[in-house]
Amino acid sequence: MSKINLSNLHPGDKGVVRKITAGSYATKRLYEMGFNTGANLMVVKNDRGPIIVSLSGNKIALGRGLAEKVIVENN
Amino acid sequence: MNTIALVGNPNSGKTTLFNALTGANQHVGNWPGVTVEKKEGQFEFNKKIYNVVDLPGTYSLGAFSEDEIVARDFILKGNPDVVINVVDATNIERNLYLTTQLLEMGAKVIVALNMIDEAEERDIKFDIKTLSQKLGTPVVPTIASKNKGIEDLVKNAISLMDKDVDYKAHISYGENIDSEMERIKGYLVNKDLEYPANWIAIKLLEGDQYVNQVIANNEDLKSSNEFKKVLQEIQDSVNNYDLEIVDKRYEFINNITKKTVFRPSEIVETKTDKIDKILTHKYLGLPIFALIMLIVFQLTFAIGEDVLGEAAASGIEALGGIIENYLISVNSPDWLISFIADGLIGGVGAVVEFIPLIVVLYMLMGILEDSGYMARAAYVMDNIMRALGLQGKTFISMIVGFGCNVPGVMATRTLDNRKDRMIATLINPFMSCGAKLPIYLVFIAAFFPEHGGLVLFSIYFLGILIALLMGKIFSETLFKGESSYFIMELPPYRKPTLRNVLRNMWDNVSGFLKRAGTTIFAVVTILWILARLPLGVEPYSQGSVLGIIGSFIAPIFKPAGFGNWQAAVGLFAGIAAKEAVVATLGMVYAGVEGGVELVNTIQSVFTPLTAVSFMVMTLLYTPCAATIATIKKETNSSKWALFTAVYTFFIAWVMAVLVFQIGSLLGFS
Repeated sequence: MSKINLSNLHPGDKGVVRKITAGSYATKRLYEMGFNTGANLMVVKNDRGPIIVSLSGNKIALGRGLAEKVIVENN
Repeated sequence: MNTIALVGNPNSGKTTLFNALTGANQHVGNWPGVTVEKKEGQFEFNKKIYNVVDLPGTYSLGAFSEDEIVARDFILKGNPDVVINVVDATNIERNLYLTTQLLEMGAKVIVALNMIDEAEERDIKFDIKTLSQKLGTPVVPTIASKNKGIEDLVKNAISLMDKDVDYKAHISYGENIDSEMERIKGYLVNKDLEYPANWIAIKLLEGDQYVNQVIANNEDLKSSNEFKKVLQEIQDSVNNYDLEIVDKRYEFINNITKKTVFRPSEIVETKTDKIDKILTHKYLGLPIFALIMLIVFQLTFAIGEDVLGEAAASGIEALGGIIENYLISVNSPDWLISFIADGLIGGVGAVVEFIPLIVVLYMLMGILEDSGYMARAAYVMDNIMRALGLQGKTFISMIVGFGCNVPGVMATRTLDNRKDRMIATLINPFMSCGAKLPIYLVFIAAFFPEHGGLVLFSIYFLGILIALLMGKIFSETLFKGESSYFIMELPPYRKPTLRNVLRNMWDNVSGFLKRAGTTIFAVVTILWILARLPLGVEPYSQGSVLGIIGSFIAPIFKPAGFGNWQAAVGLFAGIAAKEAVVATLGMVYAGVEGGVELVNTIQSVFTPLTAVSFMVMTLLYTPCAATIATIKKETNSSKWALFTAVYTFFIAWVMAVLVFQIGSLLGFS
C-alpha cells in the first residue's frame, strides 16, 4: 500500500483518497464531488485527456493537473 | 399559498421532478441581482394550489457560486414551507452531502430518493425506514422520469408543512470544533440575526466569505470588541477547521449509509460503462463526436430549413398578402400599409421563418443533453481545447452559440472558474449564429450557387478557427496565470424524457421569440423610420437618415472592397439585429426585402471576392445588441460588453481587409 498521485494510477487500479494538495477552492470542489479523504475510487480511463474515475460506480472526469494533486493510497 | 422548494445535485432528476409536478404551469425568470435563472411553477393537489420553486442544482451550499448563494438564501430567507431534497439513489453518499447542509440550516426537509429503478439495476438496496430515522427526515422513493412515487412524495411533503420539526439527527464535528461552535453561539444569543445561530457558527468556522461579511456588518455584533477578537481568531485558524468539517459531514453520512445502503461487493459493469468504452475511446471518441455533430446540423438544416422553413416562409407571405389586402380594403393610409407590410411582416417575418430551425436544433441538443452525452462531448474535446488554453466545456458553449449567441453566452455558466468562463463568453460571437445564415445564402445564391455547402462549411469553420485562436490569445494575455481546472460528472446514460426535451426546447424558443418580439421589432421599426426621414425623402435612398449614416461609415470598408453606403447600412442594421440585414440590404439595393431582385442586384454591385470579404465581415463582426446585452448581464460589467463589441469589429475588419487585399493581389476578382 503506497501513496501515489491519482494521475499515476492505471485503469483498474483501486485506491482510497488520503490527501488533496490543491488550492482551497479546488479542494472544496473535489470534496463536494465525492473526493473526500477516505473515499474509495477506481480508475476507469487514464490515457489521453482527463482521467475518468469511478466513485462507487459514479463517474467523474478530472483534469490531469487536478488529478496530480489527489494523493491516493493504492490497494 | 404554500411554497415548496426543490433542491438537489445536478443530474439527480430534480428538473425532471419539477417538470412532472408543474407540467405547463411553469415560467422562468431571474433571481434579482444575479444571472441565475429562477424557475417557478404550480400544481394542484386535493383542490389546493401549491407553488414550486426549482432552485439551481448544486453539489453543496457554500458561498462559492451564485447558484449556491441563491439556493441557500431562498431556503433560509425565502420561507419555503417545505424543502424537497432530490437525491440520486445511485450516488447517495455524495448526494447526502447537500442533505447534511440542509440539516445544518434547520430546514424542513423531505428526501426524494430518486432513480430508485437505476439503483435496483445496480443491485443497490436500501433500508429506507432506518435511513429516514437516522437522517431525521422522511424519505420517499421516486422515479421522477416515470412519474412513480410522486403522489406519495407530495402527500408526505404537504403533511410535513404543518408539522413542527425538531431535528434529532445531530452532526458532531469532533470535540474541538463542537466546543468552538458553542463558544461562538454564546455571543449570538439574543442578537438580531438574519440566519439561525447554529448555522452561522458552522459557516464562520468554515470560513464562509458570505457569512463572514454578513456578521461583520451586523449592527448588534459590531459593538462587541470581544466578539471581533473571536472572529479574527477564527479567520486565522480557518484552515484547521474547514476541511475537518467537510470530513465530519462525510463521516456522519457514512455512519448512516453503512447501515442502510447495501451495495454488491463487486462493482457491476453497467450499460453506461459499456457504451462509454466506445464513446470515450482514445481514438474513436473524437471522430464519433464530430459525426454526431454533423448529423445534428444536417438534420437541423434538412428539417428546420428545407422542410419547415419553406412552409413558414410561404405561410408568412400568404399572411402578409391577406393583411395587406385587408388594410387596402379599409382605406388605411399608405404609410400604415407600408409599415405593416414592408416593415413588420417583412422584417419580423424574416425572423419567424427561423423558428423551425431553432426548434429542431434545440430539440436535438436537448436530446443529447438529457441523455448524458454532452458531458462526454466536453470530455472528448477537452484534450484539444487544453492545447489551446481552453477546456472541454468551452466547446459546448460554442456549439450552443451556433444556434444563437444569446444562449451560447448563457451556456458559459457551466464553466466554474472565471478565466474559462470569460474566455468562452468573449469568443462565442465568432460562432456563426442562425440569424446570419440568410445573409450567406443570398451571397451564395449570387456567386456560388454550385458550391453552397462548401462555402457555408468554410465560413463556419473560419469562425471556429478564429474563436479558438482568440481563445488561445486571451488565455495567454488578458487572463494569463489565472487558474483553470477541469472536473465534471459523467452521469449515467439515460433515455431522454420527452417532457424534459420539449420543455427545454420551449424555454429556449420562447426566449428567442421574446427577443424577436421586442428587440427585432424595435430594430425593424427604427430602421423603417430612419429610412424615411427626413420627411419626403425617397425611402431607403442615400438621402435618408439611414443612407446618411451609411455614407458616413462606408469609407471604413473601402480596403475590404465593399466601401459603398448600402453595404455599410446593412452592416449597421446587423449590429442591432442580424435578422434585419437581408431585409435592409434588399431595401437599400433593390427596393424589395429579398428574393431574386436582391440576388441580381448583389451580383451587379459585388464581385465574388468582395462577396467573400463581406461574408467574412458578417461572420466575425460585432454581435447583435441582444448578445451584447447578455454579455453585459452575464459578466456583470459594461466594460466587457463594450470590449466585445469593439474587438470583434476590429478582428472582422482586419480579416475582411486581408481577404480582399490578398485576394486582389492573387488576381481573383
